[in-house]
Amino acid sequence: MKKIMVCIKRVVDYNVRVRVKPDGSGVLLDGVKMSVNPFDEIALEEALRIKERGAAIEVLAVSIGVSDAQQQLRTALAMGADRAILVQTDAPVEPLTAARTFLALAKKENPDLVFLGKQAIDDDANQTGQMLAALWERPQATYASKVEIADGKATVTREVDAGLETIEVDLPAVITVDLRLNEPRYVKLPDIMKAKKKPLDVTSLDSLGVSARVLLKTVKTEPPAQRQKGVIVKDVAELVDALKKKGLL
Amino acid sequence: MHKILIVGEHDGKTLNPATAKCVTCAKLIADAEITIAVFGADTTAVASQAAAVAGVKTVVRIDRPENEHPLAAVFAPQLAALAADYSHVFGPSTSFGKDLMPRAAGLLGVAQVSDLMAVEGPFKFRRPIYAGNAIITVETDPAAKVLATVRVASFEAQAGGGSANILSKSLDVALPTHTRYVGAKSGSTDRPDLQTASRVISGGRALGSAENFKLLFSLADKLGAAVGASRAAVDAGYAANEMQVGQTGKIISPEVYFAFGISGAIQHLTGIKDARTIIAINKDAEAPIFEVADIGLVGDLFQIVPEFEKLVAK
Repeated sequence: MKKIMVCIKRVVDYNVRVRVKPDGSGVLLDGVKMSVNPFDEIALEEALRIKERGAAIEVLAVSIGVSDAQQQLRTALAMGADRAILVQTDAPVEPLTAARTFLALAKKENPDLVFLGKQAIDDDANQTGQMLAALWERPQATYASKVEIADGKATVTREVDAGLETIEVDLPAVITVDLRLNEPRYVKLPDIMKAKKKPLDVTSLDSLGVSARVLLKTVKTEPPAQRQKGVIVKDVAELVDALKKKGLL
Repeated sequence: MHKILIVGEHDGKTLNPATAKCVTCAKLIADAEITIAVFGADTTAVASQAAAVAGVKTVVRIDRPENEHPLAAVFAPQLAALAADYSHVFGPSTSFGKDLMPRAAGLLGVAQVSDLMAVEGPFKFRRPIYAGNAIITVETDPAAKVLATVRVASFEAQAGGGSANILSKSLDVALPTHTRYVGAKSGSTDRPDLQTASRVISGGRALGSAENFKLLFSLADKLGAAVGASRAAVDAGYAANEMQVGQTGKIISPEVYFAFGISGAIQHLTGIKDARTIIAINKDAEAPIFEVADIGLVGDLFQIVPEFEKLVAK
């Protein structure tokens, strides 16, 4: 296998408690810590492990977003990606737009495998990988918890509602990864220094022939309904009584 | 009139209750005419179950050998072809629907509304973002097809008693052979299904081992409950992946949810906030789970579970 492409999204760090703006126009993002989407980190880790096993030659990290998304691509380079491309735009990028952009990159770069996280923890859409696979007319293996590559095929174990499912797909293919596929490595300082010298190209949606048309208009953002705090009982007997009173036992 | 197509989820024998929840959601759209499509090798049984869901006008069977296993790459081109006659296409927000629906959306070149949780109008819906920390209202283009996955925890299952017409359709669609089903391993149990159970008992990292989870299985069997787990417990290897409840696991809405030794991380709370009643048992009185619990009990679960089991067994 020659090349693996990994799609990386810059998102609000998973430790940040996101708050809704009082006027309902969105969530507060000023000064909030941004990171690589955790699922994309797992995707990159898997690509790097495949390369380190000698089963791939190059790992390419790509992203779409604001100029500052270069930071997340630098993190990817520090983790071990060989090269990165940012498709720079200030426009909101919907999953279909992202998929069209990654398709354009895939057609240019001809990767044997495209890895993505199963979802981004900001919009929680869980669409981009599947849409890319559809547009590229290639197989998809979503929610991967184990990936084996051999003879131009990937055998992927998927986390599904009923348990685990295994499918076999011909390469090139799109794989979206779940939490338990691996544990991403920590980035070491010398790697951060080395990453500064690795190539990071910046391009645009226009030059890839993609328009960032908004198909889903967000008209309001609200905080979720809060549950009321209940009562504390002192022992098991009281718990049983309380459950009986509610008709739950 | 809005013609709504719902993708039926099934295992070849039984229609998944998520399908009847999608019907409830679809019925909230004014002037809806509802069709359920079932893809399979032989959908005789599941088609008649789908026809019995109240409010469904038509059930369309798409039987062909390639449809034996629910492969998104195989189903999606058929779904995209079938979708031509409909204004809305809904599927459940289960691992099946989440895999399939965006692939169909990609083929159709339309946006998808993921995890639709409320209907505000035929082209206006609410959905959660940021692990449920914000709820957005989105509007789709009325001129375009609406494609959505329905957050099943937000809707009750539609009752039975319907009698829809069942018709078989053959679609002239070339199917890819690049994706092949190999096999499945399910933690099949006699216990109720986690996603549809009215009672769920979950354990967290405080259980300490897979062996100790047996305490919860025993209690669950007394209560006729399903057993779930927090992500921490699954990551630690105490419980199987399909037991995970939370943002990245299953999102559930049981009548009563028991959380034993679960601290209540945001990602876990996202999965349970539609539970009718939440019961929390934790030795840490400051655990965030108590902020959302209807009934809380502070104490050692290893004492409480056996004592509780004895009392409910009476």
